[in-house]
Amino acid sequence: MINFIILPILLPLLTGILLIFFRKQIKIQKVISTLISAISIILSIYLVWLVQTEGIQTLEIGGWQAPYGIVLVADMFASLLVLTTNIIVFTSLLFSFKTIGVEREKFFYYSGIQFLVTGVVGAFLTGDIFNLFVFFEVMLMSSYFLIVLGGTKIQLRESIKYILVNVISSALFVIAIAYLYALTGTLNMADLSVKVSELGQSGIITVISVLFLIVFGLKGAIFPLFFWLPGSYKAPPAAVTALFGALLTKVGVYSITRVFTLIFITDVGFTHGLIGWLAAFSMIFGVIGAIAYWDIRKIVIYNIITAVGVILFGVSTMTFAGVSGAVFYVIHDIIIKGALFFIIGALFILTGTANLKKMGGLIHNHPLLAWLFFISTLSLAGIPPLSGFIGKINIIQGGFETEDYVISFVVLFSSLLVLYSALKIFINGFWGEQKLAKDEEKGSINVLYVPITILVVISIAYGFGVELIYPFVSQATETLLDPTIYIEAVLKE
Amino acid sequence: MSVVVGILFMAATYLILSRSLLRIIIGTGLLSHGAHLLILTMGGLKQGAAPLLSEKAGSYVDPLPQALILTAIVISFGVTSFFLVLAYRSYQELGTDDMHRLRGND
Repeated sequence: MINFIILPILLPLLTGILLIFFRKQIKIQKVISTLISAISIILSIYLVWLVQTEGIQTLEIGGWQAPYGIVLVADMFASLLVLTTNIIVFTSLLFSFKTIGVEREKFFYYSGIQFLVTGVVGAFLTGDIFNLFVFFEVMLMSSYFLIVLGGTKIQLRESIKYILVNVISSALFVIAIAYLYALTGTLNMADLSVKVSELGQSGIITVISVLFLIVFGLKGAIFPLFFWLPGSYKAPPAAVTALFGALLTKVGVYSITRVFTLIFITDVGFTHGLIGWLAAFSMIFGVIGAIAYWDIRKIVIYNIITAVGVILFGVSTMTFAGVSGAVFYVIHDIIIKGALFFIIGALFILTGTANLKKMGGLIHNHPLLAWLFFISTLSLAGIPPLSGFIGKINIIQGGFETEDYVISFVVLFSSLLVLYSALKIFINGFWGEQKLAKDEEKGSINVLYVPITILVVISIAYGFGVELIYPFVSQATETLLDPTIYIEAVLKE
Repeated sequence: MSVVVGILFMAATYLILSRSLLRIIIGTGLLSHGAHLLILTMGGLKQGAAPLLSEKAGSYVDPLPQALILTAIVISFGVTSFFLVLAYRSYQELGTDDMHRLRGND
Protein backbone atom coordinates (compact mmCIF):
# COMPACT_ATOMS: atom_id res chain seq x y z
CA MET A 1 0.00 0.00 0.00
CA ILE A 2 2.59 2.54 -1.03
CA ASN A 3 0.09 5.22 -2.03
CA PHE A 4 -1.79 4.98 1.23
CA ILE A 5 -1.00 8.37 2.73
CA ILE A 6 -2.60 10.29 -0.11
CA LEU A 7 -5.99 8.72 0.73
CA PRO A 8 -6.91 11.13 3.57
CA ILE A 9 -6.52 13.98 1.04
CA LEU A 10 -8.02 12.24 -1.97
CA LEU A 11 -11.12 10.87 -0.28
CA PRO A 12 -12.69 14.20 0.80
CA LEU A 13 -11.67 15.79 -2.51
CA LEU A 14 -13.48 13.16 -4.58
CA THR A 15 -16.46 13.22 -2.21
CA GLY A 16 -16.69 16.98 -2.55
CA ILE A 17 -16.75 16.66 -6.33
CA LEU A 18 -19.29 13.83 -6.17
CA LEU A 19 -21.63 15.82 -3.92
CA ILE A 20 -21.82 18.61 -6.49
CA PHE A 21 -23.91 16.29 -8.67
CA PHE A 22 -26.49 15.66 -5.91
CA ARG A 23 -27.35 19.27 -5.24
CA LYS A 24 -31.07 18.80 -4.66
CA GLN A 25 -30.97 15.34 -3.03
CA ILE A 26 -30.05 16.39 0.47
CA LYS A 27 -30.59 12.92 1.91
CA ILE A 28 -28.01 11.40 -0.43
CA GLN A 29 -25.60 14.22 0.42
CA LYS A 30 -25.99 13.53 4.13
CA VAL A 31 -25.50 9.77 3.77
CA ILE A 32 -22.44 10.07 1.54
CA SER A 33 -20.68 12.71 3.58
CA THR A 34 -21.25 10.92 6.91
CA LEU A 35 -20.12 7.62 5.45
CA ILE A 36 -16.96 9.07 3.93
CA SER A 37 -16.17 10.93 7.08
CA ALA A 38 -16.49 7.76 9.14
CA ILE A 39 -14.23 5.94 6.67
CA SER A 40 -11.72 8.80 6.94
CA ILE A 41 -11.57 8.33 10.71
CA ILE A 42 -10.79 4.64 10.26
CA LEU A 43 -8.17 5.42 7.61
CA SER A 44 -6.46 7.97 9.82
CA ILE A 45 -6.41 5.56 12.76
CA TYR A 46 -4.66 3.12 10.43
CA LEU A 47 -2.27 5.91 9.39
CA VAL A 48 -1.37 6.62 13.03
CA TRP A 49 -0.79 2.90 13.60
CA LEU A 50 1.34 2.68 10.44
CA VAL A 51 3.54 5.58 11.49
CA GLN A 52 3.80 4.11 14.99
CA THR A 53 5.04 0.72 13.76
CA GLU A 54 7.06 1.66 10.68
CA GLY A 55 8.25 5.21 11.24
CA ILE A 56 7.64 8.27 9.08
CA GLN A 57 5.69 7.51 5.89
CA THR A 58 6.62 9.39 2.74
CA LEU A 59 5.11 9.39 -0.72
CA GLU A 60 6.92 10.85 -3.70
CA ILE A 61 4.12 11.96 -5.97
CA GLY A 62 4.62 10.88 -9.57
CA GLY A 63 7.75 8.95 -8.61
CA TRP A 64 10.03 11.99 -8.76
CA GLN A 65 12.85 11.95 -6.25
CA ALA A 66 12.60 13.96 -3.07
CA PRO A 67 13.91 17.47 -3.63
CA TYR A 68 12.57 17.62 -7.21
CA GLY A 69 8.99 16.44 -6.87
CA ILE A 70 6.32 17.07 -4.28
CA VAL A 71 6.59 14.76 -1.29
CA LEU A 72 3.82 13.93 1.15
CA VAL A 73 5.16 13.25 4.61
CA ALA A 74 3.17 11.69 7.42
CA ASP A 75 5.05 11.90 10.69
CA MET A 76 3.36 11.25 14.00
CA PHE A 77 2.41 14.89 14.70
CA ALA A 78 0.72 15.27 11.32
CA SER A 79 -1.05 11.89 11.56
CA LEU A 80 -2.46 12.64 15.01
CA LEU A 81 -3.76 15.97 13.74
CA VAL A 82 -5.33 14.29 10.69
CA LEU A 83 -7.12 11.87 13.02
CA THR A 84 -8.41 14.69 15.26
CA THR A 85 -9.50 16.69 12.23
CA ASN A 86 -11.56 13.80 10.93
CA ILE A 87 -13.24 13.29 14.31
CA ILE A 88 -14.22 16.98 14.45
CA VAL A 89 -15.53 16.91 10.89
CA PHE A 90 -17.61 13.81 11.61
CA THR A 91 -19.24 15.37 14.68
CA SER A 92 -19.67 18.69 12.91
CA LEU A 93 -21.58 16.92 10.13
CA LEU A 94 -23.86 15.31 12.71
CA PHE A 95 -24.40 18.74 14.22
CA SER A 96 -25.13 20.29 10.82
CA PHE A 97 -27.96 17.91 9.92
CA LYS A 98 -30.48 19.55 12.22
CA THR A 99 -29.09 23.05 12.48
CA ILE A 100 -27.92 24.21 9.09
CA GLY A 101 -31.25 24.43 7.22
CA VAL A 102 -32.34 23.34 3.76
CA GLU A 103 -31.48 26.65 2.09
CA ARG A 104 -27.80 26.30 2.85
CA GLU A 105 -27.73 22.55 2.28
CA LYS A 106 -28.99 23.01 -1.27
CA PHE A 107 -26.15 25.36 -2.05
CA PHE A 108 -23.23 22.94 -1.82
CA TYR A 109 -22.77 23.17 1.95
CA TYR A 110 -21.53 19.58 2.27
CA SER A 111 -19.18 19.96 -0.71
CA GLY A 112 -17.75 23.04 0.96
CA ILE A 113 -17.04 21.07 4.13
CA GLN A 114 -15.34 18.27 2.19
CA PHE A 115 -13.11 20.75 0.34
CA LEU A 116 -12.25 22.41 3.65
CA VAL A 117 -11.13 19.02 4.98
CA THR A 118 -9.07 18.46 1.84
CA GLY A 119 -7.24 21.72 2.48
CA VAL A 120 -6.67 21.12 6.19
CA VAL A 121 -5.49 17.51 5.83
CA GLY A 122 -3.34 18.45 2.83
CA ALA A 123 -1.69 21.23 4.83
CA PHE A 124 -0.87 18.74 7.59
CA LEU A 125 0.58 16.11 5.27
CA THR A 126 2.55 18.06 2.71
CA GLY A 127 6.33 18.20 2.68
CA ASP A 128 6.72 21.11 0.29
CA ILE A 129 6.46 24.76 1.20
CA PHE A 130 4.71 25.96 -1.95
CA ASN A 131 2.34 23.01 -1.80
CA LEU A 132 1.56 24.13 1.74
CA PHE A 133 0.59 27.50 0.27
CA VAL A 134 -1.70 25.81 -2.24
CA PHE A 135 -3.41 23.72 0.45
CA PHE A 136 -3.78 26.86 2.56
CA GLU A 137 -5.62 28.43 -0.35
CA VAL A 138 -7.83 25.36 -0.80
CA MET A 139 -8.72 25.60 2.87
CA LEU A 140 -9.23 29.38 2.78
CA MET A 141 -11.35 29.36 -0.37
CA SER A 142 -13.69 26.81 1.22
CA SER A 143 -13.76 28.85 4.40
CA TYR A 144 -14.67 32.02 2.45
CA PHE A 145 -17.50 30.07 0.93
CA LEU A 146 -18.71 28.62 4.24
CA ILE A 147 -18.47 31.93 6.08
CA VAL A 148 -20.62 33.78 3.56
CA LEU A 149 -23.05 30.97 2.66
CA GLY A 150 -26.54 32.12 3.53
CA GLY A 151 -25.79 35.75 2.75
CA THR A 152 -27.14 37.48 5.84
CA LYS A 153 -25.97 41.03 6.42
CA ILE A 154 -23.57 40.24 9.24
CA GLN A 155 -22.04 37.39 7.22
CA LEU A 156 -21.49 39.63 4.19
CA ARG A 157 -19.93 42.34 6.30
CA GLU A 158 -17.61 40.10 8.26
CA SER A 159 -16.57 37.98 5.30
CA ILE A 160 -15.30 41.10 3.51
CA LYS A 161 -12.91 41.68 6.40
CA TYR A 162 -11.99 38.00 6.68
CA ILE A 163 -11.19 37.69 2.97
CA LEU A 164 -9.20 40.93 2.89
CA VAL A 165 -6.99 39.85 5.79
CA ASN A 166 -6.41 36.44 4.24
CA VAL A 167 -5.66 37.85 0.77
CA ILE A 168 -2.98 40.04 2.30
CA SER A 169 -1.51 37.20 4.35
CA SER A 170 -1.48 34.95 1.27
CA ALA A 171 0.42 37.61 -0.67
CA LEU A 172 2.90 37.80 2.21
CA PHE A 173 3.21 34.00 2.12
CA VAL A 174 4.10 34.16 -1.60
CA ILE A 175 6.64 36.90 -0.88
CA ALA A 176 8.20 34.88 1.94
CA ILE A 177 8.48 31.83 -0.33
CA ALA A 178 10.10 34.00 -3.04
CA TYR A 179 12.76 35.25 -0.62
CA LEU A 180 13.43 31.78 0.69
CA TYR A 181 13.72 30.42 -2.85
CA ALA A 182 16.16 33.15 -3.80
CA LEU A 183 18.31 32.23 -0.83
CA THR A 184 18.24 28.44 -1.01
CA GLY A 185 16.94 27.49 -4.46
CA THR A 186 14.65 24.77 -3.16
CA LEU A 187 11.07 24.37 -1.94
CA ASN A 188 11.12 20.95 -0.31
CA MET A 189 11.00 21.35 3.47
CA ALA A 190 13.58 18.70 4.29
CA ASP A 191 15.94 20.05 1.64
CA LEU A 192 15.29 23.61 2.89
CA SER A 193 16.27 22.49 6.37
CA VAL A 194 19.60 21.15 5.07
CA LYS A 195 20.32 24.26 2.96
CA VAL A 196 19.41 26.68 5.74
CA SER A 197 21.62 24.94 8.26
CA GLU A 198 24.49 25.04 5.70
CA LEU A 199 24.02 28.81 5.44
CA GLY A 200 24.27 28.98 9.21
CA GLN A 201 23.44 31.93 11.37
CA SER A 202 22.93 34.73 8.88
CA GLY A 203 20.72 37.76 9.39
CA ILE A 204 18.59 37.25 6.30
CA ILE A 205 17.42 33.82 7.50
CA THR A 206 16.15 35.41 10.69
CA VAL A 207 14.32 38.09 8.71
CA ILE A 208 12.61 35.47 6.53
CA SER A 209 11.70 33.39 9.57
CA VAL A 210 10.01 36.41 11.16
CA LEU A 211 8.15 37.00 7.88
CA PHE A 212 6.91 33.40 8.06
CA LEU A 213 5.91 33.98 11.66
CA ILE A 214 3.83 36.99 10.57
CA VAL A 215 2.18 34.99 7.76
CA PHE A 216 1.27 31.99 9.91
CA GLY A 217 0.47 34.25 12.83
CA LEU A 218 -2.17 35.96 10.70
CA LYS A 219 -3.69 32.58 9.93
CA GLY A 220 -3.32 31.30 13.48
CA ALA A 221 -4.42 34.49 15.26
CA ILE A 222 -1.52 35.25 17.57
CA PHE A 223 -0.94 38.63 19.20
CA PRO A 224 -0.92 41.27 17.54
CA LEU A 225 -2.46 39.64 14.46
CA PHE A 226 -5.70 38.28 15.97
CA PHE A 227 -7.82 41.40 15.34
CA TRP A 228 -9.83 39.82 12.51
CA LEU A 229 -10.85 36.70 14.39
CA PRO A 230 -13.53 37.79 16.93
CA GLY A 231 -15.72 39.45 14.31
CA SER A 232 -15.34 36.82 11.61
CA TYR A 233 -16.00 33.78 13.78
CA LYS A 234 -19.18 35.33 15.16
CA ALA A 235 -20.83 35.54 11.75
CA PRO A 236 -21.40 31.95 10.43
CA PRO A 237 -23.71 29.28 11.94
CA ALA A 238 -22.54 27.24 14.91
CA ALA A 239 -21.53 24.10 13.00
CA VAL A 240 -19.27 26.17 10.73
CA THR A 241 -17.80 28.18 13.60
CA ALA A 242 -17.00 24.93 15.39
CA LEU A 243 -15.06 23.72 12.35
CA PHE A 244 -13.25 27.04 12.00
CA GLY A 245 -12.51 27.44 15.69
CA ALA A 246 -11.24 23.91 16.02
CA LEU A 247 -9.28 23.60 12.78
CA LEU A 248 -8.31 26.78 10.92
CA THR A 249 -6.21 28.48 13.57
CA LYS A 250 -4.62 25.14 14.40
CA VAL A 251 -3.32 24.85 10.84
CA GLY A 252 -1.49 28.15 11.41
CA VAL A 253 -0.16 26.80 14.70
CA TYR A 254 0.89 23.55 13.02
CA SER A 255 2.75 25.49 10.31
CA ILE A 256 4.59 27.61 12.88
CA THR A 257 5.53 24.44 14.73
CA ARG A 258 6.68 22.68 11.58
CA VAL A 259 8.67 25.60 10.20
CA PHE A 260 10.33 26.54 13.48
CA THR A 261 11.26 22.99 14.45
CA LEU A 262 12.46 21.92 11.00
CA ILE A 263 13.77 24.86 8.99
CA PHE A 264 14.54 27.91 11.12
CA ILE A 265 16.54 26.45 13.96
CA THR A 266 19.80 28.31 13.47
CA ASP A 267 19.00 31.41 15.55
CA VAL A 268 16.83 29.87 18.26
CA GLY A 269 17.61 32.50 20.89
CA PHE A 270 15.98 35.30 18.92
CA THR A 271 13.18 33.63 16.96
CA HIS A 272 11.90 31.30 19.68
CA GLY A 273 12.21 34.01 22.31
CA LEU A 274 10.04 36.19 20.08
CA ILE A 275 7.47 33.40 19.69
CA GLY A 276 7.45 32.91 23.45
CA TRP A 277 6.66 36.55 24.15
CA LEU A 278 4.07 36.80 21.39
CA ALA A 279 2.47 33.69 22.89
CA ALA A 280 2.43 35.35 26.32
CA PHE A 281 0.68 38.42 24.93
CA SER A 282 -1.80 36.22 23.02
CA MET A 283 -2.73 34.54 26.28
CA ILE A 284 -3.10 37.87 28.07
CA PHE A 285 -5.23 39.50 25.38
CA GLY A 286 -7.24 36.30 24.91
CA VAL A 287 -8.27 36.14 28.55
CA ILE A 288 -8.96 39.88 28.68
CA GLY A 289 -11.40 39.42 25.80
CA ALA A 290 -12.86 36.27 27.37
CA ILE A 291 -13.68 37.91 30.68
CA ALA A 292 -14.82 41.20 29.13
CA TYR A 293 -17.78 39.97 27.08
CA TRP A 294 -21.29 38.85 27.96
CA ASP A 295 -21.75 37.36 24.50
CA ILE A 296 -21.33 33.57 24.82
CA ARG A 297 -19.82 33.26 21.34
CA LYS A 298 -17.22 35.96 22.00
CA ILE A 299 -16.17 34.28 25.25
CA VAL A 300 -15.37 31.01 23.49
CA ILE A 301 -13.77 32.82 20.53
CA TYR A 302 -11.33 34.68 22.77
CA ASN A 303 -10.50 31.39 24.42
CA ILE A 304 -9.19 30.22 21.02
CA ILE A 305 -6.61 33.00 21.11
CA THR A 306 -5.53 32.03 24.62
CA ALA A 307 -5.14 28.39 23.59
CA VAL A 308 -3.03 29.36 20.57
CA GLY A 309 -0.76 31.25 22.96
CA VAL A 310 -0.42 28.26 25.28
CA ILE A 311 0.49 25.90 22.44
CA LEU A 312 3.04 28.26 20.89
CA PHE A 313 4.73 28.84 24.21
CA GLY A 314 5.17 25.09 24.52
CA VAL A 315 6.74 24.98 21.05
CA SER A 316 8.99 27.97 21.75
CA THR A 317 10.70 26.26 24.69
CA MET A 318 12.16 23.57 22.38
CA THR A 319 12.48 21.15 25.29
CA PHE A 320 11.05 17.65 25.28
CA ALA A 321 8.53 18.50 27.98
CA GLY A 322 7.41 21.72 26.34
CA VAL A 323 6.95 20.34 22.83
CA SER A 324 5.21 17.16 24.00
CA GLY A 325 2.93 19.39 26.07
CA ALA A 326 2.16 21.41 22.96
CA VAL A 327 1.31 18.23 21.03
CA PHE A 328 -0.94 17.04 23.87
CA TYR A 329 -2.56 20.44 24.16
CA VAL A 330 -3.23 21.04 20.47
CA ILE A 331 -5.16 17.75 20.16
CA HIS A 332 -7.07 18.43 23.37
CA ASP A 333 -7.87 21.95 22.24
CA ILE A 334 -9.25 20.91 18.84
CA ILE A 335 -11.65 18.48 20.53
CA ILE A 336 -12.72 20.72 23.38
CA LYS A 337 -13.21 23.82 21.22
CA GLY A 338 -15.43 21.74 18.94
CA ALA A 339 -17.48 20.61 21.97
CA LEU A 340 -17.76 24.14 23.37
CA PHE A 341 -18.90 25.65 20.09
CA PHE A 342 -21.50 22.89 19.74
CA ILE A 343 -22.84 23.59 23.25
CA ILE A 344 -22.87 27.33 22.58
CA GLY A 345 -24.74 26.63 19.35
CA ALA A 346 -27.27 24.49 21.25
CA LEU A 347 -27.74 27.29 23.79
CA PHE A 348 -28.34 29.72 20.97
CA ILE A 349 -30.97 27.43 19.47
CA LEU A 350 -32.71 27.08 22.85
CA THR A 351 -32.75 30.70 23.88
CA GLY A 352 -32.55 32.52 20.55
CA THR A 353 -29.96 34.90 21.95
CA ALA A 354 -26.23 34.99 22.54
CA ASN A 355 -26.50 37.48 25.34
CA LEU A 356 -25.66 35.85 28.66
CA LYS A 357 -27.70 38.35 30.63
CA LYS A 358 -30.88 37.20 28.90
CA MET A 359 -30.59 33.55 29.90
CA GLY A 360 -30.70 31.71 33.17
CA GLY A 361 -31.78 28.56 34.92
CA LEU A 362 -31.33 26.28 31.93
CA ILE A 363 -30.19 23.45 34.19
CA HIS A 364 -33.78 22.79 35.27
CA ASN A 365 -34.88 21.60 31.87
CA HIS A 366 -31.54 20.55 30.40
CA PRO A 367 -29.42 18.93 33.11
CA LEU A 368 -27.44 16.79 30.66
CA LEU A 369 -26.40 19.79 28.56
CA ALA A 370 -25.44 21.67 31.71
CA TRP A 371 -23.20 18.92 33.04
CA LEU A 372 -21.62 18.29 29.65
CA PHE A 373 -20.79 21.99 29.55
CA PHE A 374 -19.46 21.85 33.09
CA ILE A 375 -17.11 18.97 32.22
CA SER A 376 -15.84 20.74 29.10
CA THR A 377 -15.24 23.89 31.15
CA LEU A 378 -13.11 22.05 33.68
CA SER A 379 -11.31 20.29 30.85
CA LEU A 380 -10.68 23.61 29.09
CA ALA A 381 -9.09 25.07 32.18
CA GLY A 382 -6.95 21.96 32.77
CA ILE A 383 -8.38 20.40 35.94
CA PRO A 384 -6.34 17.22 36.58
CA PRO A 385 -8.28 14.12 35.54
CA LEU A 386 -9.47 15.80 32.34
CA SER A 387 -7.73 16.31 29.03
CA GLY A 388 -6.34 19.84 29.32
CA PHE A 389 -4.19 19.03 32.30
CA ILE A 390 -1.36 16.92 30.92
CA GLY A 391 -0.63 19.36 28.11
CA LYS A 392 -0.45 22.40 30.33
CA ILE A 393 1.64 20.73 33.02
CA ASN A 394 4.20 19.64 30.42
CA ILE A 395 4.26 23.09 28.85
CA ILE A 396 4.87 24.71 32.23
CA GLN A 397 7.55 22.15 33.01
CA GLY A 398 9.21 23.07 29.71
CA GLY A 399 8.94 26.74 30.64
CA PHE A 400 10.62 26.14 33.98
CA GLU A 401 13.39 24.10 32.36
CA THR A 402 14.28 27.03 30.09
CA GLU A 403 13.77 29.46 33.00
CA ASP A 404 10.95 31.39 31.32
CA TYR A 405 9.29 31.89 34.70
CA VAL A 406 7.26 34.96 33.76
CA ILE A 407 5.56 33.33 30.76
CA SER A 408 4.99 30.11 32.70
CA PHE A 409 3.13 32.06 35.35
CA VAL A 410 1.15 33.79 32.61
CA VAL A 411 0.06 30.28 31.47
CA LEU A 412 -1.04 29.40 34.99
CA PHE A 413 -2.81 32.69 35.55
CA SER A 414 -4.52 32.53 32.16
CA SER A 415 -5.91 29.08 33.11
CA LEU A 416 -7.58 30.68 36.10
CA LEU A 417 -9.18 33.41 34.01
CA VAL A 418 -10.22 30.93 31.31
CA LEU A 419 -11.95 28.93 34.03
CA TYR A 420 -13.61 32.11 35.29
CA SER A 421 -14.82 33.12 31.82
CA ALA A 422 -16.32 29.71 31.08
CA LEU A 423 -17.86 29.31 34.54
CA LYS A 424 -19.44 32.70 34.02
CA ILE A 425 -21.48 31.10 31.25
CA PHE A 426 -22.28 28.15 33.50
CA ILE A 427 -23.33 30.22 36.54
CA ASN A 428 -25.32 32.85 34.67
CA GLY A 429 -26.74 30.67 31.94
CA PHE A 430 -27.49 27.39 33.71
CA TRP A 431 -27.96 28.37 37.33
CA GLY A 432 -30.10 31.07 38.82
CA GLU A 433 -33.60 32.10 38.10
CA GLN A 434 -35.34 30.25 35.29
CA LYS A 435 -36.06 32.75 32.55
CA LEU A 436 -37.41 30.40 29.94
CA ALA A 437 -40.20 27.88 30.47
CA LYS A 438 -40.12 24.59 28.56
CA ASP A 439 -42.69 25.67 25.99
CA GLU A 440 -41.08 29.05 25.36
CA GLU A 441 -37.92 27.52 23.95
CA LYS A 442 -37.05 28.43 20.39
CA GLY A 443 -36.09 24.95 19.22
CA SER A 444 -35.36 21.37 20.12
CA ILE A 445 -31.82 20.21 20.80
CA ASN A 446 -32.37 16.53 21.44
CA VAL A 447 -30.41 15.24 18.43
CA LEU A 448 -27.58 17.67 19.11
CA TYR A 449 -26.62 15.68 22.19
CA VAL A 450 -25.02 13.02 19.97
CA PRO A 451 -22.10 15.11 18.59
CA ILE A 452 -21.61 16.95 21.88
CA THR A 453 -21.50 13.75 23.89
CA ILE A 454 -19.10 12.09 21.44
CA LEU A 455 -16.61 14.93 21.81
CA VAL A 456 -16.93 15.23 25.59
CA VAL A 457 -16.50 11.46 25.99
CA ILE A 458 -13.42 11.53 23.76
CA SER A 459 -12.08 14.41 25.81
CA ILE A 460 -12.62 12.52 29.10
CA ALA A 461 -11.08 9.36 27.65
CA TYR A 462 -8.14 11.42 26.42
CA GLY A 463 -7.63 12.79 29.91
CA PHE A 464 -7.79 9.38 31.59
CA GLY A 465 -5.91 7.48 28.88
CA VAL A 466 -2.77 9.59 28.84
CA GLU A 467 -0.65 6.49 29.43
CA LEU A 468 -2.00 4.91 26.26
CA ILE A 469 -1.53 8.04 24.15
CA TYR A 470 1.87 8.90 25.56
CA PRO A 471 3.96 6.71 23.19
CA PHE A 472 2.36 8.39 20.16
CA VAL A 473 2.97 11.89 21.53
CA SER A 474 6.51 11.08 22.53
CA GLN A 475 7.25 9.78 19.03
CA ALA A 476 5.80 12.99 17.57
CA THR A 477 7.96 15.07 19.91
CA GLU A 478 11.12 13.16 19.06
CA THR A 479 10.58 13.84 15.36
CA LEU A 480 9.88 17.51 16.00
CA LEU A 481 12.95 18.00 18.15
CA ASP A 482 15.33 16.10 15.89
CA PRO A 483 15.00 17.30 12.28
CA THR A 484 17.48 14.70 11.05
CA ILE A 485 14.83 11.97 11.47
CA TYR A 486 12.52 13.92 9.16
CA ILE A 487 15.27 14.78 6.68
CA GLU A 488 16.50 11.18 6.46
CA ALA A 489 12.98 9.89 5.92
CA VAL A 490 12.37 12.35 3.08
CA LEU A 491 15.72 12.61 1.33
CA LYS A 492 16.68 8.95 2.01
CA GLU A 493 20.35 9.76 2.51
CA MET B 1 12.83 45.25 -10.73
CA SER B 2 12.95 45.32 -6.94
CA VAL B 3 12.22 49.05 -7.00
CA VAL B 4 9.17 48.50 -9.21
CA VAL B 5 7.94 45.77 -6.85
CA GLY B 6 8.46 48.15 -3.96
CA ILE B 7 6.39 50.84 -5.67
CA LEU B 8 3.63 48.30 -6.35
CA PHE B 9 3.58 47.27 -2.69
CA MET B 10 3.52 50.90 -1.65
CA ALA B 11 0.55 51.69 -3.90
CA ALA B 12 -1.23 48.50 -2.77
CA THR B 13 -0.79 49.35 0.91
CA TYR B 14 -2.09 52.87 0.31
CA LEU B 15 -5.15 51.63 -1.56
CA ILE B 16 -5.96 48.89 0.96
CA LEU B 17 -5.99 51.48 3.75
CA SER B 18 -8.58 53.60 1.96
CA ARG B 19 -12.31 53.76 2.67
CA SER B 20 -13.88 52.59 -0.57
CA LEU B 21 -14.22 48.80 -1.03
CA LEU B 22 -13.44 48.99 -4.74
CA ARG B 23 -10.16 50.77 -4.07
CA ILE B 24 -9.29 48.03 -1.59
CA ILE B 25 -9.89 45.34 -4.22
CA ILE B 26 -7.72 47.26 -6.71
CA GLY B 27 -5.11 47.34 -3.95
CA THR B 28 -5.21 43.55 -3.56
CA GLY B 29 -4.78 43.27 -7.33
CA LEU B 30 -1.65 45.41 -7.20
CA LEU B 31 -0.41 43.45 -4.20
CA SER B 32 -0.63 40.17 -6.06
CA HIS B 33 1.07 41.72 -9.10
CA GLY B 34 3.88 42.80 -6.82
CA ALA B 35 4.17 39.37 -5.26
CA HIS B 36 4.26 37.64 -8.65
CA LEU B 37 6.89 40.00 -10.01
CA LEU B 38 8.89 39.39 -6.86
CA ILE B 39 8.88 35.62 -7.41
CA LEU B 40 10.18 36.19 -10.94
CA THR B 41 12.85 38.61 -9.75
CA MET B 42 13.96 36.42 -6.87
CA GLY B 43 14.18 33.41 -9.17
CA GLY B 44 16.94 35.28 -11.03
CA LEU B 45 16.82 37.43 -14.15
CA LYS B 46 19.80 36.03 -16.01
CA GLN B 47 19.90 35.82 -19.81
CA GLY B 48 18.77 32.54 -21.33
CA ALA B 49 16.34 30.92 -23.70
CA ALA B 50 12.69 30.35 -22.88
CA PRO B 51 12.34 27.05 -20.97
CA LEU B 52 11.48 24.96 -24.03
CA LEU B 53 13.73 22.04 -24.83
CA SER B 54 13.20 22.59 -28.57
CA GLU B 55 15.09 25.89 -28.29
CA LYS B 56 18.36 23.92 -28.01
CA ALA B 57 20.08 26.80 -26.25
CA GLY B 58 23.18 26.65 -24.05
CA SER B 59 21.31 27.93 -21.01
CA TYR B 60 17.68 28.37 -20.08
CA VAL B 61 15.92 30.64 -17.63
CA ASP B 62 14.75 29.04 -14.37
CA PRO B 63 11.44 27.24 -15.07
CA LEU B 64 10.39 26.72 -11.43
CA PRO B 65 9.42 30.35 -10.55
CA GLN B 66 7.34 30.51 -13.72
CA ALA B 67 5.35 27.48 -12.60
CA LEU B 68 4.94 29.00 -9.13
CA ILE B 69 3.71 32.27 -10.61
CA LEU B 70 1.24 30.50 -12.86
CA THR B 71 -0.20 28.72 -9.81
CA ALA B 72 -0.30 31.91 -7.76
CA ILE B 73 -1.97 33.83 -10.60
CA VAL B 74 -4.88 31.45 -10.98
CA ILE B 75 -5.37 31.28 -7.22
CA SER B 76 -5.42 35.07 -6.86
CA PHE B 77 -7.69 35.27 -9.91
CA GLY B 78 -10.17 32.95 -8.24
CA VAL B 79 -10.03 34.81 -4.96
CA THR B 80 -10.34 38.21 -6.65
CA SER B 81 -13.41 37.20 -8.64
CA PHE B 82 -15.01 35.84 -5.47
CA PHE B 83 -14.15 39.07 -3.66
CA LEU B 84 -15.60 41.21 -6.46
CA VAL B 85 -18.88 39.29 -6.46
CA LEU B 86 -18.97 39.56 -2.68
CA ALA B 87 -18.46 43.32 -2.94
CA TYR B 88 -21.30 43.49 -5.46
CA ARG B 89 -23.60 41.44 -3.21
CA SER B 90 -22.81 43.48 -0.14
CA TYR B 91 -23.39 46.70 -2.09
CA GLN B 92 -26.84 45.35 -2.97
CA GLU B 93 -27.64 44.17 0.55
CA LEU B 94 -25.94 46.72 2.74
CA GLY B 95 -26.27 49.69 0.39
CA THR B 96 -22.80 51.09 0.89
CA ASP B 97 -19.21 50.60 -0.19
CA ASP B 98 -17.77 52.75 2.57
CA MET B 99 -15.73 50.59 4.96
CA HIS B 100 -16.38 53.01 7.83
CA ARG B 101 -20.08 52.32 7.61
CA LEU B 102 -19.57 48.55 7.64
CA ARG B 103 -19.13 48.46 11.40
CA GLY B 104 -21.43 47.17 14.04
CA ASN B 105 -21.73 44.48 16.65
CA ASP B 106 -25.01 42.78 15.92
